[in-house]
Amino acid sequence: MSDKKLAIIATKGTLDWAYPPFILSSTAAALGYEVQIFFTFYGLQLLKKKLALQVSPLGNPGMPMPMAMDKWFPVLGTAIPGMQSIMTMMMKNKMKAKGVASVGELRDLCHEAEVRMIACQMTVDLFDLNPKEFIDGIEFGGAATFFEFAGEADITLYV
Amino acid sequence: MADFDQELDATGLNCPLPILRAKKALGGMSAGQVLHIIATDPGSVKDFEAFAKQTGNELMESKEEGGKFLFLIKKV
Repeated sequence: MSDKKLAIIATKGTLDWAYPPFILSSTAAALGYEVQIFFTFYGLQLLKKKLALQVSPLGNPGMPMPMAMDKWFPVLGTAIPGMQSIMTMMMKNKMKAKGVASVGELRDLCHEAEVRMIACQMTVDLFDLNPKEFIDGIEFGGAATFFEFAGEADITLYV
Repeated sequence: MADFDQELDATGLNCPLPILRAKKALGGMSAGQVLHIIATDPGSVKDFEAFAKQTGNELMESKEEGGKFLFLIKKV
């Protein structure tokens, strides 16, 4: 029950893929796990104070679209300018209506539950990201830092 | 319905919020006290079973009533 460890690598920076790391981490912490998330590449977007995550229907045939839009606008339709903002807005509204927590809310809950969040230093430098744009209380490290914890983890996930 | 010490209204909330709110509520209670949870998420039935099993808290009761899922959890 206690002393179990969960290590997650978060690599994606879209609204939909922001959920798995934060849902699993907050829940694991509630179950008594010690949790660490390593944010790399586009996953670093999840650490920004000002979250501006979007979801794209482009190249995602599994995404249900309202009014059978996917049927009338196959592939090219999803590339129409503005489609991404529309889909993001619709997804956010739907989540709110269904009582799904926002990414920011889940991230706060992770923070409260002492989930350790580590930003990959190499990709922060690669993309010239400003560490001041990140939330407080995170750490910076590299692959070796990840393995220090993951090497003893019971569960390791790559998202 | 058995007696309880504290109540948590988790209606309208979806996974994983009912579990997280319950965990928080239990954190502020003392051992032996009972938390009554009201939820509307059908997934919470299995989730509270799993939560109790993994945290050692006792799931005393789990039932459905008028479209709501009611749970009694005793803090270990």
